[in-house]
Amino acid sequence: MTTGVATQAADRTLGRVGRGGGRRSSRIAYLYLVPALLVMGVITLYPLMYQVWMSFTDYTVTNLRGNAPNWVGLQNYINVLQSSLAIPNFDFVRLILYNIFWALSNVAIHVVLGVSIALLLNTDGLRFKRFYRAVYILPVVIPPLIVATVWTNMYDPDYGAVNLILRGLGGFLGLPATAFNIDWLRQVDNPISFIPLPMAFFAMLVTNTWLGWPLNSVVATGALQSIPRELYEAAEIDGAGPWMKFKTVTLTYLRPAMVPYAMYGFVITFNLFYLAYFMSQGGPLGKTELLVTQAYRLVNGQQLYGVGASFAVIMFFLLLVITLVTNRLARATASYEDL
Amino acid sequence: MASTTRTLPAAPIKLNKSRRGRLSWRRQAILQACAVLLLFTVLFPVIWVFSVSLDPLSRSRPQGLSIIPPGATLESYVQVLRQPTVNPVTFLTLALNSLKIALGTSLLSVLIGVLAAYAFSRLRFTGRQVLMIGILAVLMLPTVATLAPLFVLLNGIKFTNLPLLGNFNLRDSLLGVGLAIISGLLPFAIWNLKGYLDTIPKDLEEAAWVDGASTNQTFFRVILPLAMPALAVTGFLGFVGGWTEFYFSWQFLTKPGDFTLAMALYQMQGNFQSIPWAQFSAFAILFAIPPAVVYFLAQRFIISGLALGGVKG
Repeated sequence: MTTGVATQAADRTLGRVGRGGGRRSSRIAYLYLVPALLVMGVITLYPLMYQVWMSFTDYTVTNLRGNAPNWVGLQNYINVLQSSLAIPNFDFVRLILYNIFWALSNVAIHVVLGVSIALLLNTDGLRFKRFYRAVYILPVVIPPLIVATVWTNMYDPDYGAVNLILRGLGGFLGLPATAFNIDWLRQVDNPISFIPLPMAFFAMLVTNTWLGWPLNSVVATGALQSIPRELYEAAEIDGAGPWMKFKTVTLTYLRPAMVPYAMYGFVITFNLFYLAYFMSQGGPLGKTELLVTQAYRLVNGQQLYGVGASFAVIMFFLLLVITLVTNRLARATASYEDL
Repeated sequence: MASTTRTLPAAPIKLNKSRRGRLSWRRQAILQACAVLLLFTVLFPVIWVFSVSLDPLSRSRPQGLSIIPPGATLESYVQVLRQPTVNPVTFLTLALNSLKIALGTSLLSVLIGVLAAYAFSRLRFTGRQVLMIGILAVLMLPTVATLAPLFVLLNGIKFTNLPLLGNFNLRDSLLGVGLAIISGLLPFAIWNLKGYLDTIPKDLEEAAWVDGASTNQTFFRVILPLAMPALAVTGFLGFVGGWTEFYFSWQFLTKPGDFTLAMALYQMQGNFQSIPWAQFSAFAILFAIPPAVVYFLAQRFIISGLALGGVKG
């Protein structure tokens, strides 16, 4: 009798652990989900569905008083894709190409610099390592919004620190101070005639490099420190030189950590609002506008809510493609821990 | 070719030496020079903004580069604390508004998020896959993308002649901004926390289950204490996001008494011609200090959490 009860109890426990408890566990799961589902249903899902509806209408600021907007079908989408919006300097194809190039160029520089500096600071016998590592993290700590505004001042053509430094350096070479009145963020002519990128692109590339490499360096340092020393010794015994050791041991261990992080960085940089909005303000002539800043301008500046909604829907599908591609790439080099 | 074969045997010897912690003074000097140069580039903007903030207010633009400018004073800080922009609000008012948004959104999203994250990470239920894909899809969208519908929908909730509040428009209030932020922050919190809960070994819970603990007891007594670092990181990221939030507050709020620090910074940048750079710089420094302090206090947690969040998407 007693043994019967014991096995019954044991069966119940094992059943719960082993088979996940079936219906009972399901009901508890929903209890845990209720708050999140309620909140997300009301303030995330419903607005997103409303957005899709809005994207088929000519909703503007006049409709905020309550009169219903007109149904325009796919007209907003057609206008966005054909770049025929009634706003200045809007070119959808250029916008996307620039946005992709912006993210790619930034991430490439971040990763290369981050890894190089991590290697530098990982050199055995280098003094003050801890100090350098502690200070180098500083850019991560400052909110990007503040970084963008401070660098805007630094790029000021007359009083900004960048031109002042260049004037000082140029003085050694005998260059006149007037040679460095560069209007970094607003100069209309492209600095390099055969590259169709404005000066503001390069200026923001520098700022974002300042902002972006430290975290890459932290991730790379973590990966470097996980490399067993014996691997280097084994490579030495096999007669590998420094370059072979770097290629076969260091890179092999860096790749699984850096590739997913680079993909993450790509998405973050692709959607980096603050620099383009605060520093160049999308200029000159809308050439440094990103999808996110354009989306914000459509709603905030132009108050074209219907067009803005269709723009956001198009953006969703673009980001879906980008996320699928980056995830595929990241998974192709899964980390050792996951294997 | 000949030179390559000569360097091959030399390299291991050099490395063996360095493994014992010694570098030739020449390599040490070159590497130190690189490190110091980097140090300079990292520190330069910070030192510059600090030195500009010491300029007297009568000097509207910095004159040259000097760490301590001539006539250095703290009067720009005094001015910023009293009235940073043309609006008649103090720094404290702006900071309190930012703090309300930051604390409210980060706490709420972590509290609600960890419950959902637990369900996704540990419990089996019908519709799990669909819900998770839904959350991932929302996560993919940048916050700006929901600006138009949130503005219109929140603007639809308004009351006139309320007993205490008078006229109230949910869109034009800190509460409305907070709701809009949570709409994007909650999916992020769920996903980030789920990623962490997935890494907690299942043995502990199974032991608790065998001892007869219910799902609730397992969650509160076993999982929650172990997830504390992840809660701290997610909360911190939400806090910094809310502290510097710009898109929604700039689009939604119209009453200067509700304005936030981020809005004031943008306004100051807009009124560039009239505002002395010293005032602007002092504001930027005071604005950046709270997240920086929190970051340095919880550095260990946050770096590992950031790396984890990066890998797990």
